[in-house]
Amino acid sequence: MDQSALIPHLFRTEFGRITSVLARRFGMAHIEVAEDIAGETFLAAMETWPYRGIPDNPTAWLYTVAANKAKNYLARDSNFQRKISPDLQRGETAATEHEIDLSAGNIKDSQLRMLFAICHPAIPQEAQIGMALRVLCGLGIDEIAHALLSNKETINKRLHRAKERLRSEGMSQDLPPAPEIGERLDTVLTTLYLLFNEGYYSETSDDMIREDLCREAIRLTALLTENEQTDLPAVSALLALMCFHASRFAARLDHDGDVVLYADQDERLWDQELIASGVKYMNEAARGEHLTRYHIEAGIAYWHTIKEDTTEKWENILQLYNILLQIQYSPVAALNRTYALAKARSKEEAIAEAEKLQLTTNPYYYTLLGELYIGIDKVKAKVYLEKALILAVTRSDRKVITQKLDALN
Amino acid sequence: MEQYVLIMRHQDGSKIASPEQMQIWMKQTMDWIGGIAAQNKFVQGNGLRFDDASVVGHGGVVTNGPFGDIKETIGGYLIVKAESPEEAIGFAKNCPVLQGEGNTVEVRLVASRDGVH
Amino acid sequence: MKEYLLLYRMDMTIIPARTEEQAAQTMQLWMDWIGSIAAKGQLVSRGSRLEPSGRVVRSGDVVTNGPYTDIKEVLGGYSLVKAASYDEALELAGGCPVLQMGGSVEVREQVVMQ
Repeated sequence: MDQSALIPHLFRTEFGRITSVLARRFGMAHIEVAEDIAGETFLAAMETWPYRGIPDNPTAWLYTVAANKAKNYLARDSNFQRKISPDLQRGETAATEHEIDLSAGNIKDSQLRMLFAICHPAIPQEAQIGMALRVLCGLGIDEIAHALLSNKETINKRLHRAKERLRSEGMSQDLPPAPEIGERLDTVLTTLYLLFNEGYYSETSDDMIREDLCREAIRLTALLTENEQTDLPAVSALLALMCFHASRFAARLDHDGDVVLYADQDERLWDQELIASGVKYMNEAARGEHLTRYHIEAGIAYWHTIKEDTTEKWENILQLYNILLQIQYSPVAALNRTYALAKARSKEEAIAEAEKLQLTTNPYYYTLLGELYIGIDKVKAKVYLEKALILAVTRSDRKVITQKLDALN
Repeated sequence: MEQYVLIMRHQDGSKIASPEQMQIWMKQTMDWIGGIAAQNKFVQGNGLRFDDASVVGHGGVVTNGPFGDIKETIGGYLIVKAESPEEAIGFAKNCPVLQGEGNTVEVRLVASRDGVH
Repeated sequence: MKEYLLLYRMDMTIIPARTEEQAAQTMQLWMDWIGSIAAKGQLVSRGSRLEPSGRVVRSGDVVTNGPYTDIKEVLGGYSLVKAASYDEALELAGGCPVLQMGGSVEVREQVVMQ
């Protein structure tokens, strides 16, 4: 990786680690100080590395600098406290008190705690995902605004309020007690899932960011499986789902950055190692009785790792969508179910079901109807695809629809 | 949008179907429910086991089915959202249970929230 | 813990004849009973009351008024509870106020359809 790509990449992977460790050390109320020190550390790298060259171990370099800056801060802070308020003096010796532990173990532990702190029920969900992108994945405000289809001011406000809450709720970095973990875990998993989807589906960000985001989401989810308290079946299911999706990373975009549809992907580019990991986690998810949407979605993603079109494959996918829709309705799942119905049974049956959906503001609804009518009624196929084209928002969606229309003419 | 309960009644719950037949029914039922859920009209639903089925009556008297004056056994229920009774009846008409002779689906409007029952 | 559906049956023709006071009393009984199950952590869903009239759909798209207007025991509502055994669920059902109104409770184990 060349230098211009290295620092942004390290920023996305290391910023969150440094911030989490420091926030744990300073207390969650001082999370902004932790972020500032992490930020200054990268500033120092950008100033130094171009002249002195990239250090042999860039990560270790960053950790040393961050630790020194943190120690200075703590020393200044305790001096300050001693001066203005002698009774607050805790009588500790500065040297041992100010050690900063950036070992692998403490990084993991701190990130896990940060994840649970961010996902506190007092913080609204849209702020949670923003905080996760910022604090755990090191995304800038611009990038977050872009990723969440919002603007800088809104994101800043959300993050500001979230940090206020962290302070006012006196949030500790201890993991919630065991009975609450399951409940809180729902939010944690939703956030991780959104994080992954942000990387996987985001239309505009560049490839590097997307891959880093997906990898971070996978890494953070894997952290949960490594901790006894949080290693629950739903976590394994989500991790399996992420592995299966991520296995198609290399195949799903062409050289121009356009989406390659599943049916057109070169399956030799699918990452078999990730697929194997997915299967492993899926088996682990099978323990326990509670079936979550992640179990079902992992099952659907599993069948998609088999390229060959068989009735068995689509019948399984259809039945999984039948269940998924009962657990959680979404227009996408409704449309995908109908597509699976066409593959498992017949286009005619799928058309009858599709017409009941009436998702008349959804471009994918008309794309599906158009697709189903191809080979059955060319005029209707064209009418529906043209409707889809009017409603389509993204460039690559329009491109896909136009290709289908061209093929019809 | 109101909620309706579709109650699937089997003429004779003691009839034992072959595993193959069961599998076909199950698939048909899942497709039926999946189609309703795809319209975002599914609320909740479950099958009920036929073997353990008793009725607790006045004075705590427990009797085994069949139940009261009703000969049929309830095999399952589905709670749906619908704009009108007709729409709910339309869902019921496609219920695979109706393939069995004498089976019925009862369609009942859920009373609006008024405390408990 | 398994989930059990409690189906409440009663003669619904008596409902309109009740005075407001009687209705309030009945409501209180239900609240107390449901509350006692919830207090034990065994209430999955308090369920719903059903409007008395409905329709019955038969094969061949035959729709009739119903349900079973000629019989006294009409399904009036349902709740979902969890219990360690079928017997425990029966025991829970034994406290249901519908029993004091000449009604009955059917207890059925749920099969999750998937």
